[in-house]
Amino acid sequence: MSETKYTAADYKAGQPRWCPGCGDHAFLNSFHKALAEIGTAPKDIAVISGIGCSSRLPYYMNTYGMHTIHGRAAAIATGVKVANPQLTVWQISGDGDGLAIGGNHFIHAIRRNVDINIILLNNRIYGLTKGQYSPTSERGFVSKSSPYGTVEDPFRPAELCFGARGRFFARCAAVDGNPSVEVLKAAEKHKGTSVVEVLQNCVIFNDGTHNSIAKKEDRERNAIYLEHGKPMLFGPDKEFGLMQEGFGLKVVKLGENGITEKDILVHDAHCMDNTLQLKLALMEGPDFPIALGVIRDVEAPTYEQAVEDQIKEVSEKKKYHNFAELLDTNDTWEI
Amino acid sequence: MAEEITVKEIDEVVVRFSGDSGDGMQLAGNMFSNISATEGNDISTFPDYPADIRAPQGSLTGVSGFQVHIGSGKVYTPGDKCDVLVAMNPAALKTQYKFCKPQSVIIIDTDSFTKRDLEKAQFQLENPFSELGIKNEVVEASITTMCKECLKDSGLDNKSILRTKNMFALGLVCWLFQRDVKIGEKILREKFAKKPEIAEANVQVLYAGYQFGANTHASVSMSYRVPSKNQKAHGRYMDINGNKATSYGLIAAAEKAGLQLYLGSYPITPATDILHELSKHKSLGVKTVQCEDEIAGCASAVGAAFAGALAVTSTSGPGVCLKSEAMNLAVIAELPLVIVNVQRGGPSTGLPTKSEQTDLLQALYGRNGESPMPVIAASSPTDCFDAAYTACKIALEHMTPVVLLTDAYIANGSAAWKLPDLNEYPSINPPYVTPEMASYWTPFLRNYETGVRYWAKPGTEGFMHRIGGLEKSSETGAISTEPENHHLMTQLRAEKVAKIADTLPLLEVEGEEDADLLIVGFGGTYGHLHSAMDILNAGGKKAALAHFRFINPLPKNTEEVLRKYKKIVVAEQNMGQFAGYLRMNIEGLHLHQFNQVKGQPFVVQELVDAFTKIMEE
Repeated sequence: MSETKYTAADYKAGQPRWCPGCGDHAFLNSFHKALAEIGTAPKDIAVISGIGCSSRLPYYMNTYGMHTIHGRAAAIATGVKVANPQLTVWQISGDGDGLAIGGNHFIHAIRRNVDINIILLNNRIYGLTKGQYSPTSERGFVSKSSPYGTVEDPFRPAELCFGARGRFFARCAAVDGNPSVEVLKAAEKHKGTSVVEVLQNCVIFNDGTHNSIAKKEDRERNAIYLEHGKPMLFGPDKEFGLMQEGFGLKVVKLGENGITEKDILVHDAHCMDNTLQLKLALMEGPDFPIALGVIRDVEAPTYEQAVEDQIKEVSEKKKYHNFAELLDTNDTWEI
Repeated sequence: MAEEITVKEIDEVVVRFSGDSGDGMQLAGNMFSNISATEGNDISTFPDYPADIRAPQGSLTGVSGFQVHIGSGKVYTPGDKCDVLVAMNPAALKTQYKFCKPQSVIIIDTDSFTKRDLEKAQFQLENPFSELGIKNEVVEASITTMCKECLKDSGLDNKSILRTKNMFALGLVCWLFQRDVKIGEKILREKFAKKPEIAEANVQVLYAGYQFGANTHASVSMSYRVPSKNQKAHGRYMDINGNKATSYGLIAAAEKAGLQLYLGSYPITPATDILHELSKHKSLGVKTVQCEDEIAGCASAVGAAFAGALAVTSTSGPGVCLKSEAMNLAVIAELPLVIVNVQRGGPSTGLPTKSEQTDLLQALYGRNGESPMPVIAASSPTDCFDAAYTACKIALEHMTPVVLLTDAYIANGSAAWKLPDLNEYPSINPPYVTPEMASYWTPFLRNYETGVRYWAKPGTEGFMHRIGGLEKSSETGAISTEPENHHLMTQLRAEKVAKIADTLPLLEVEGEEDADLLIVGFGGTYGHLHSAMDILNAGGKKAALAHFRFINPLPKNTEEVLRKYKKIVVAEQNMGQFAGYLRMNIEGLHLHQFNQVKGQPFVVQELVDAFTKIMEE
């Protein structure tokens, strides 16, 4: 769309009720901005959420929206998109909603590749129920329901997404405005299920969970912004880069051991083989930077389009196209 | 063999085909039913499948049965017991003999009664008849041998030849009842149009079976004819089972409403055939999504309803347990949704292939909070069409989820169905928003008379809105925890459902006007209850039947009707759920109960005995 017809204000409704300082506020601003830049009419957007703090988001959207039931947003969004492929469908879920109670719907929506944009706001905690550990909380995490620390390992959302054959995975930090807008635009542009993991702080129950990338200067040191076709460099002066070593990745410093920019891996988000993309998605500190931006973006047939195509194809072959004609396909007799 | 054989005219007959799962008894039964229907008889059929997919051949658990009841007049049930039992092996004889009367004729394939076959069916003695104490007339035919002989020049392999045994049995039964075997030939040639050599073999064997009967008189004293005295309306008919009729009803409603039909479902016995049937009809624009679980089946349908489709989810009781959360979302969001529950035996996994009416209270009340939901129950295989159509009409016009109850018995049973003319069906008019409403519309603005909110589909300019599982303000549609508002919204949702009664037909009573006993039932027991009433009245008793299709809301004259009778018996295939519901709704009503949960249809004679006892008390 060349001309922007809408402003962020056109997508705003209501007054957010999240805690002051909650990452949801920042994300919501980016979301409004991204929609304005994309330019889809508010009437043609459906925002579907589950239950949890972040799932309140549809109420702050001047679009069609449904705040549904815990964990089921992906299934409901699937129904919306299949029934009306003309709509742009966004799904808003938290880590509990999307990966615990809704884990099954999450992986199957991705597997089917329905063209919905799944926003996974990951604060690694259950906020609405006041502070229990979530499926993304680290082992040993102390919470109200794990006073002595959890004894289980967390999901890494990217791994689930890739394991379900995910075709689009991106990551941003809620407080990181412009990159978030860019990631959301890319997610919308991608045909098929897009998963955007939004790293988000919970000021009340899990403050500082993403501290290593909370501030701009932190992100310069501890995060890497990936861009398709660009060498994967990071650091305040882009002095660090990523190289392949054996089956893994390693962080190198330009200039050391004769390494130049030419030796640095160039990001390929469109590579069908997801091996390296998964490695990028799973990088974490302190040895590696956290990957932000579009990590994987490959094409595949979308579910709802395949449904439409099949209807068209079968309709051309079959001789019955209404109920009366359907009746005629049966063995009948006269009395 | 020159003896004259008498052809006796009879009003009705019940034939039960039974054999190993792989013996093709369902096809033989279906064809006998279709042939008889084509000759003008009324029909009612009931397949009785084993729960195992492939039980060991010849084993007791692998027996598959198909019962056909044909009559010169109206036939209401597949019949309690059979007049002819076809038993293709000892296991069938052993498990199906209980469906015989003393005068029933039993047809067996003697080639399948070897020592080894008897062992597989766990017979102790060499003579299975004396072991079971069978004194019935038995037609012994070496069916396997004769099939092989008949097809020895066909070029077919042995396995394919053995697969035609069912047609020999069918041919023999056709002779016994003087059926026009040419109709069977036509059915076979159409069925196997793409495999002409298989069609030819089956046709040959079908005629061979018929000839065997004619030549040997099948060692029986007479053959029978069930003439057509049908008072059925003129027109075109087809044989249809309940699941197919349900599917057709949904398709018809979508077409009439001008909406796309969306089915979100997950395979579950005995409802899966609805998913199978609807997934075939892409050329009608039907969208079916086989979801990851029952929850998603219903949840995706809620999404489709929000997006503007005629949304349906199909399942059986255990699936409803999982769907209840999403059903409740449709209650509070006031979205149209049809939930089809093909009931089976419970609790838990229960008896997956058997029939009960034990999910009534689940349909009415199986959700958290005050959650009023219309409930409709189909009364017969063919009534599934009208019931499904009506369920869609109510859902769409009253913006509410609706439960359609059928059961395994009517879902799998079939009957002759007069092809409907959609022009004769009532129109379906969902309460869409209109452009001029844009300035004042809110999501829960209601039609004053019906209490129904208006439907604004995504994509419509000027009606962007958010709904969901949280209570909303009646006025603005925003989230509201106001005490008065919640009380009001609870009342408004209940009133909306209650007001549906204004649009429903009144409860009708069949049978004797001044009956001494009113039989009350709902759903799939209609045929058995009607037959029991007919028998009582034919025997000089005075009985009437009030059969309910609409359970929530009840027809407006329910109390008035029930108060007229001194004695009422509520007969249902559960432990008294409908009786309890009626007592709750009509104070001080005294009801007798007849309750049975055996997974099998009622036995008419047992009903007659029980009702007689109540009348004589």
